[in-house]
Formats: sequence, C-alpha cells, structure tokens
Amino acid sequence: MTDDIRALTTRLADEPGSLAFLELAEALRRRGQLEAAYKVARGGLARYPGLADAHDLMARVLSDQGDLAGAFDAWTSALQLDPMRTSALKGVAFLYFRAGDKAAALDHLQRAHEVDPDDPAIPQTIARLSAQLRAGAPASAPVESAAAPSAPAIAPDSSERPSPGLFHDMDGGEQGLLLVDANGLRLGGRLGGADGNDVGDRVAAQLAGLSREAARATRLLGLGSWHSIAVESPDGHLVLTQPTADTVLLAARDPSLPMGRVGLLAERAARAARTWLETQG
Amino acid sequence: MTATQAVLDRVTRVPGVRGAVVVAAADGLVVAEQLMDGVDGQAAAALTASLVGRLVRTAEGAGMRPPAFVQLRGDGGSVLAAPGPQDLVLVAVVGPDANLGLARLEMIEAVGRLA
Repeated sequence: MTDDIRALTTRLADEPGSLAFLELAEALRRRGQLEAAYKVARGGLARYPGLADAHDLMARVLSDQGDLAGAFDAWTSALQLDPMRTSALKGVAFLYFRAGDKAAALDHLQRAHEVDPDDPAIPQTIARLSAQLRAGAPASAPVESAAAPSAPAIAPDSSERPSPGLFHDMDGGEQGLLLVDANGLRLGGRLGGADGNDVGDRVAAQLAGLSREAARATRLLGLGSWHSIAVESPDGHLVLTQPTADTVLLAARDPSLPMGRVGLLAERAARAARTWLETQG
Repeated sequence: MTATQAVLDRVTRVPGVRGAVVVAAADGLVVAEQLMDGVDGQAAAALTASLVGRLVRTAEGAGMRPPAFVQLRGDGGSVLAAPGPQDLVLVAVVGPDANLGLARLEMIEAVGRLA
C-alpha cells in the first residue's frame, strides 16, 4: 500500500462522512486495484447519491472493470445531476463509439464541446467522426435514449471495430500495435493483455491527452517537440510516437526485442497510420 | 553527502546530463535536485511525475508490471525517468549528444539507493 492510499484510508476511517472516498477510490483505480476501488466508490455513492462526482467516479471504475452497461448508467446519472459535466459526456461518447453508434457519440461530443470549447481534442474527434459518418459508415447499433440506457444499446459491436487491417503489413500484424486519437479512442490495432484478452480500449483510454502532456513537458524544459516515449517494463517494451498532431501510436513487444528495434517498428507503424489517416479524410 | 545527493551526483557526472531531480511521484514535488542553470527543476519534477504516472497506468492496463525506465525524446534532448522505491522517481534532463546508454545504466543502478 502506498503512502497516499494509506493516508486516505486512514482519513476515511477517521471521517467516514468525508469526501476522501473520491480521492481514495481514484487512487486505487489508477493503481489497477479495481475491486477495492469499486468497494470504496460504492460506499461513497451510498452516502452521497446526489453527488455527480461520485457517479462519475463509479463510471470510471466500472469502465475499467469492463462493465460498460454499468458505466453507462453511472455516467448518465452524473449527467442528470450535472448536465455540463464534460468528463461524463466524453465517457458516454466513448461508450457509444465502442458500441458502433457514431451518431450518438458525435452528439455527446458536440455537447461536450459546447460546454468546454477550450479543449482542443474534442473538435478534432468531432471532425473525424463527422468525416466517417459522411463517408457512409453505418451506425449499426440501435440508438436508445441516453436517459434510458440498456446493455444491448452499448454492447460492443465487433463489426464496428475500426480498421481491422490498418497494420496488416507490419511484423506481427495488428497485434501489439495501437492507434489512438486524442480522446483515448482506439482507431486501429490490437493489444493483448497478460491473459490474452484484448486490452486495447483500456490502454487507449489511458493515452488520452498524452500527446499534449508530452509536448508540454518537452517545451517547458527547452527540448522542443516530442518525438517518442520509450517505456521499459520487466514484462515488455513500449514505444509511443505521434503519427499526426492528434493521434498517438503505441508499439508493444516482448522485452526480448531490443528497445531500438521496437522504436523502428513504431516508426514504420506510424508511417502506415499516417497513410491510413489520409485516406480517412 | 546524503544518499540522495550521492545519487544525483553520480547521474549528473554522465556526459550530456544537464541536471537530475528526485521527485515524489504522488505530488510531483522536488525532493532534491542538482541542475545546470536554465533547467527548471520544478517543471521537470511535476511534468515527469505526471507523465510517469500515466505510463505506469498504461503498462498496468496492458498487463505489465510498472516501468523501470522511461525516455521522453524531444528535438533538443530527452527527459529520462527511473521510478524507484517509496514512490520516488529519479529524473534526468539530457542534451541531444548525451550518452543515453550510460545515463540509463547509472540511473537504474542509482535509483535503488534512494530507499
């Protein structure tokens, strides 16, 4: 247990009526302790059912747990309490996109843009989704009102998974390559987790805003524009690059492959992604 | 010289390293620093802590253990980060001609001494 989690746990035990559950559950979620995060969030929500923050928190936890129907309900509750909540609007848009309902995703993103016109990532995603809709991509999933969500309306539609062949020419094909937009939505590629299941959407969500954060860091430190981020884990090598200003590409390989070669793979995949993005308008 | 200062001293001896900072990962605050003029230690600390936190979550999302080393490469150099014990992160800002391989080895070796 880290010091911050320990301190928050102590604080919540001392003051069970406090809002410390928000920070504690979020800290647990970020550390991947999802079951513990869920329990804390559930306790907080029971105490503060009228608090939009608590519903928003619960939605993030449930989304990370893969309970997309539950996440949808929680974000919808947050919006009923606070219709201007951009995080919930983007969360619902993300779920609609995953369900293949691009029109509903677009509608929620446009509402988020009206609320927060200074977030540059939102209009970029709106433009891309609009282009896809104009190009005639079918919005195949049935659209139900956000006020009356149901699991089938947001069940992932594998036929709408974007760009299954985006990296078909690369070594290893789609596996281990992920193209993500500025809002953390997967545009293409696949990423397998430790259990072999695809974790692409979960990882993509973590990469929302990464490009801006990296650009800010290099600029403030006088290092110019950022080119790549190399991440060494005992379990794998990750390289992140920026095919375009509003996308991020992740290449992941076994640690037996030297980082330099993962970097070369990422560069080739970035070129393929740029070519593909140009064809998408 | 404290253990932390010894760690910073060791890293900043690598050619091309402009400075090094020990950062508290939880809040991005500087624990200790050894920097050349013109390097903003607080910015390096806050921004790198935030970025490393995100990359830890990304690795965890991919089913991997937390990173042992991170390199953010820019036009004019790199930011290197080695997460260590007690939620500390050893950060170095290096120029474009730095010996990255040596800096990486020194940081991975040194960060374990922050305990």
